[in-house]
Amino acid sequence: MTPYYSAEDTAFRAEVRAFIQANLPPDLARRGRYDYHPRREDQARWSKILAEKGWSVPHFPVAYGGTGWTGVQRFIFEEEMRRAYAPTMDRIGPELVAPVLYTFASEEQRQAYLPGIRTGDTFWAQGFSEPGSGSDLASLRTRAVRDGDDYIVTGQKTWTTEGHHADMIFMLVRTDMEAKPQAGISALIIDLKSPGITRRPIWTIDEGLTVNEFFFDEVRVPAANLVGQEGAGWSYAKFLLTNERTNSAEVPHTKRDIAQLRDISRIEQKNGKPLMEDPSFRARLARIEIDTMALETAVLRALTSGSHDGGSIASLVKIRGSELRQRVADLAAEALGDRGLAICLNPEGEHRLFEDGMPPPVPDHGIGIAAKAMFRRATTIYGGANEIQRTLIAKTVLEL
Amino acid sequence: MDFIYTSEQDALRDSVRRFIEREYGWEERFRILRSDSGVASHHWAMFAELGWLGAGLSEEAGGFGGGAIENALIAEELGRALVTEPFVPHVIATQLLAAIGGETAADLIAPLIMGETIIVPALQEAAGRGDWHHVDMRADGDRLTGVKTLVEGAARADSFLMSARHGDEIGLYLVDANAAGIKRTDYRTLDNRRVADIALEGSEARLLISGAQALAAIDQAMEHGLIALCGEALGVMDAALWTTRDYLRVRKQFGTAIGNFQALQHRMADMLIEVEMTRSLLYAALGAMTAGDGQARASAIAALKVQASTGGLQVGAQAIQLHGGIGVTEELNISHHYRRLYAIARQFGDVDLYLARFARARDEGQ
Repeated sequence: MTPYYSAEDTAFRAEVRAFIQANLPPDLARRGRYDYHPRREDQARWSKILAEKGWSVPHFPVAYGGTGWTGVQRFIFEEEMRRAYAPTMDRIGPELVAPVLYTFASEEQRQAYLPGIRTGDTFWAQGFSEPGSGSDLASLRTRAVRDGDDYIVTGQKTWTTEGHHADMIFMLVRTDMEAKPQAGISALIIDLKSPGITRRPIWTIDEGLTVNEFFFDEVRVPAANLVGQEGAGWSYAKFLLTNERTNSAEVPHTKRDIAQLRDISRIEQKNGKPLMEDPSFRARLARIEIDTMALETAVLRALTSGSHDGGSIASLVKIRGSELRQRVADLAAEALGDRGLAICLNPEGEHRLFEDGMPPPVPDHGIGIAAKAMFRRATTIYGGANEIQRTLIAKTVLEL
Repeated sequence: MDFIYTSEQDALRDSVRRFIEREYGWEERFRILRSDSGVASHHWAMFAELGWLGAGLSEEAGGFGGGAIENALIAEELGRALVTEPFVPHVIATQLLAAIGGETAADLIAPLIMGETIIVPALQEAAGRGDWHHVDMRADGDRLTGVKTLVEGAARADSFLMSARHGDEIGLYLVDANAAGIKRTDYRTLDNRRVADIALEGSEARLLISGAQALAAIDQAMEHGLIALCGEALGVMDAALWTTRDYLRVRKQFGTAIGNFQALQHRMADMLIEVEMTRSLLYAALGAMTAGDGQARASAIAALKVQASTGGLQVGAQAIQLHGGIGVTEELNISHHYRRLYAIARQFGDVDLYLARFARARDEGQ
């Protein structure tokens, strides 16, 4: 048992840190610090810089542009990215859709779609949830009816993350109305410029735009856009959701949030002293850091063990990770005191719901903090609500 | 980086498990607990024979070449069966002597790991509430006066390792259990450990080390002791979790196994998370012991102690709750899991102490 970073790992970290320091444009880092939803052009710019270095999609198979790094190296890379406030990269294309494509899609489809994801030229959305199908995803009703060389798609998708940035969507559709719910589902790639698609933004609790609704009215999709086998979409979706859950532990992001919170608590005052010296605040911060340290080691255990049941570890770290993201954001907003209650729209951002014309009374270190605390209520819901994860753990790990 | 035990470590774990199977049945445990001494000297001799008493000690210090990993692993397996032999105090005593080094320490270690003598640490006092840095015991030349509390295994000890204040410095002393002026008050803790308060009144002692070196040696030994203690907690938690799981599968109410109820399933999932987070922090602490600096060790071990305490209480309490009435009986192991976890949560200091220590270590690491 060697539960610590090797000398090679440490050298790798130094190499990554030096590269980011030399190549991350300052305006991207500044907007990264506010941690509002990143702009597509920022993500694309950073993707291009990383792609030139060969680092834009580390987890891909080497043949499609991956780096061949170990899981631990990928974790270190992600940690350094967050530490430097690089833009949080588009997740949907590279981390959720691409693994399904290079695992299940045809070679033609891989060649058609993976390069655009690698270079940051093509952005993707995922069309899973529907108004009547949230946690019970298998009950989805958007249908695709075969018509010659096409499918005709009709229905509605919701909670479509980054749909407003997306060019393409990876959809779950019902191709067989007679089969059992899971068996009637297929996966389809749809170009969002196709006629018959309309998008409606869903403004969220932080007055930001992250999610959307999509309406499909007899949209014609080439049958060649079917991924894998007809009727096998459910198994691809489960594969994708497992990836989503492992990623949603988000340890590097939480560690960065903690570092930011430590900075805030040295600036903000309580009883004439830095908040950081307040014993009760220190204890609460310590508990968050301890839980993050535990989660980090749990993730590293999952990344280094060859034969573990990925699904069960994924459920476990998703629950703790999503809760920690809320706790750290809440404590940061609280640390700002009175200013933590002021609404503060992204000063450099797009998609501002309501221009009130009032500059926020928040110091630079407080920008984005309260909005983050609001939006993080979603972390215990997306990717499969935590209650669903608990049931999964009970069934698969505890065998109840 | 890997989290896989070596085959030697697996063999060591198997050896503890075999001992438990053969020697430490639930009825046998009660027989030992209710004996005069509350422990079984022939078991301690077996520990020595099986090599466990030196397994977690380096070869330079006279041990068999292992370290904190071996001690945590032995303690974890002992914890599973709620073995009451004072293994954690033994870890502290051997590591303390190893940290002191030199010929005197080597001479003391050899019979200790053969099980021929028993030396127990007596480092804490009531006013410190588990924090061994609080030392009121005074040394006047080679005579000690003061009271040490919660000294585990005191009744069988040949001598004690005690901290005392001489002038502005802390010294570490060896005190013979039969020295003049010693008064031992035995009592039982909630988890059936036999402990004692040891009052010294001008008792003769031998100074082993003093000043900053003494403090460093004590802290280093306590790091080993805390890791072993939390390894034990992990074993108890894991046993409580899976015992409860088995019960939920067979206990029927309303015509079905109660494990089918979602409210109980979710609580079990939360218990599993606590167990796995404790295991993760144990690994993190073991990593810091090998590859970390002082700040990394201090923060990882404080983190582990906090998690083992709060996670242990949560798992132990929920195991009782999910068992229902039978969970609060003396007869069932579940109540004893809780009693041990309850004691561990306070042993060597409570959660508040370790949250504060963690925060301080993190400040220093910035």
